[in-house]
Amino acid sequence: MGQRLIYLDNNATTPTDPRVVETMIPYFYENPGNAASRNHPFGWVAEEAVDTARQQIADLINVDPREIIFTSGATESDNLALKGVFEMYSRKGNHIITAKTEHKAVLDACKKIEKDGGEVTYLDVDREGLINLEELEAAIKDNTILVSIMWANNETGVIQPMKEIGEICAKHGVLFMSDATQAVGKIPVDPKELGIHLMAFTSHKMYGPKGVGALFVNRKNPRVKVTSQMDGGGHERGMRSGTLNVPGIVGFGKAAAIAKEQMHEDAARLSKLRDKLEAALLENLEEAYVNGSVEHRMPHVTNISFKHVEGEGLMMTFNQNIALSSGSACTSASLEPSYVLVALGLGDDLAHSSLRFSLGRFTTEEDIDETIKRVTEGVNHMRDLSPIWEMYKEGVDLDAVEWSEH
Amino acid sequence: MAYSDKLLDHFKNPRNVGTLDKNAETVGTGLVGAPECGDVMRLQIQVDPETQKITDAKFKTFGCGSAIASSSLATEWLKGKSVDEALAIDNMAIVEELALPPVKIHCSVLAEDAIKSAIKDYQEKNGITVTVPADAHH
Repeated sequence: MGQRLIYLDNNATTPTDPRVVETMIPYFYENPGNAASRNHPFGWVAEEAVDTARQQIADLINVDPREIIFTSGATESDNLALKGVFEMYSRKGNHIITAKTEHKAVLDACKKIEKDGGEVTYLDVDREGLINLEELEAAIKDNTILVSIMWANNETGVIQPMKEIGEICAKHGVLFMSDATQAVGKIPVDPKELGIHLMAFTSHKMYGPKGVGALFVNRKNPRVKVTSQMDGGGHERGMRSGTLNVPGIVGFGKAAAIAKEQMHEDAARLSKLRDKLEAALLENLEEAYVNGSVEHRMPHVTNISFKHVEGEGLMMTFNQNIALSSGSACTSASLEPSYVLVALGLGDDLAHSSLRFSLGRFTTEEDIDETIKRVTEGVNHMRDLSPIWEMYKEGVDLDAVEWSEH
Repeated sequence: MAYSDKLLDHFKNPRNVGTLDKNAETVGTGLVGAPECGDVMRLQIQVDPETQKITDAKFKTFGCGSAIASSSLATEWLKGKSVDEALAIDNMAIVEELALPPVKIHCSVLAEDAIKSAIKDYQEKNGITVTVPADAHH
């Protein structure tokens, strides 16, 4: 290979910013204390470091530091919010509303809640990937306790109408939770302004370390509580027991502080690069389509289907040098293509043909130029190999062909 | 997952990519799979009517790297074989040769199906008794 690697899979995880790593290092050996040790300097130093980080994270999303509950990551935060609300508010009702394009951490937690006697409505999305606000409002019933809608989608980058959803929830007096994993640190996120009561997010999608996340829990008007899902020492105001991951939390805090400073600059630069990438690929290659809303979208993401080319095969033409993701089944053991793209109304064939490019703070223009070149070559190569591309070019109606399903 | 060197070689330098005239008497075409499933293979054989030997084989595949490599390997194996010998090609031989991981075994099954389907098409076209077993994978 010998070539440098290009990383365009920042929605999967971001590299830890070197400034973050530097801040974390003293909390492994020099300051090894447990933040819950109240009786010696080791504990005091750790507690102070956690307090600082909590403040930095609270500042990023404009909330009170007492409203931040540390967890192991967004999956745990989603589980804690959903199951915790379901248990805490069981006297009020058992109905939760969410959407079909949510992350598995939300969907699978909801499936578990259904098994435990809950009722869940999974809203459809339109071709743009957006939920319908009228359908949301119509789905709210007397026993509805929670609406859970993600801020920005991990596969398409599509941003839901959070403000309008918040207004509907407020009007009907139901709690509003959001999985904001892909949004926090990348675009301005202010849950209180939008009437969000619970919000899950994580450090490793915003240039912090893996293994640490947070759940924002609104403290006043209304005071929201969740039943803890982990029993133990009663840390984090009783909502999440377990010794705090001090170095991780310190890194998360630093990542939040950097994001607050740099988010706008990053977003402006990345949206230009993203637009360049997208425009060039659509220009170079016929039958290429952007998936999801281009208007309501994260600045660093584009998801494109290249018709009659299978995504994983396409990736193999350049994956020694360029890292990205496909909505194709073959990348997972399931053999089912991306449920998110299918929910947008793409046929399974187009879902199999998709690539997700997610840029990040360390993406350069050179990376984008190389990616444009390699993806264009890859698509052309795969189309030369593709029998359905040949049939399409000959004018065969592919929908009329009797395929042998297997 | 890491792929074998043989698989990567067939993927990067696929053998016998192309199209034979599907209307020719001596050509058999197998088209298997479906775009919705993420793989479509088209495998074609040219048979010498005198000797019943496969003189040429071509493929085009829409699919993942394992599907492309499996069909490329199949065309390589088909050339020079008699129709009967070609019918004996088993998907597990492809799995072994390319060291396909378990989640990719279906790619080899598809390649075997494509071979059988191409032979069947050739035999039907030429009024030869079809010797492809009816219990082929689908």
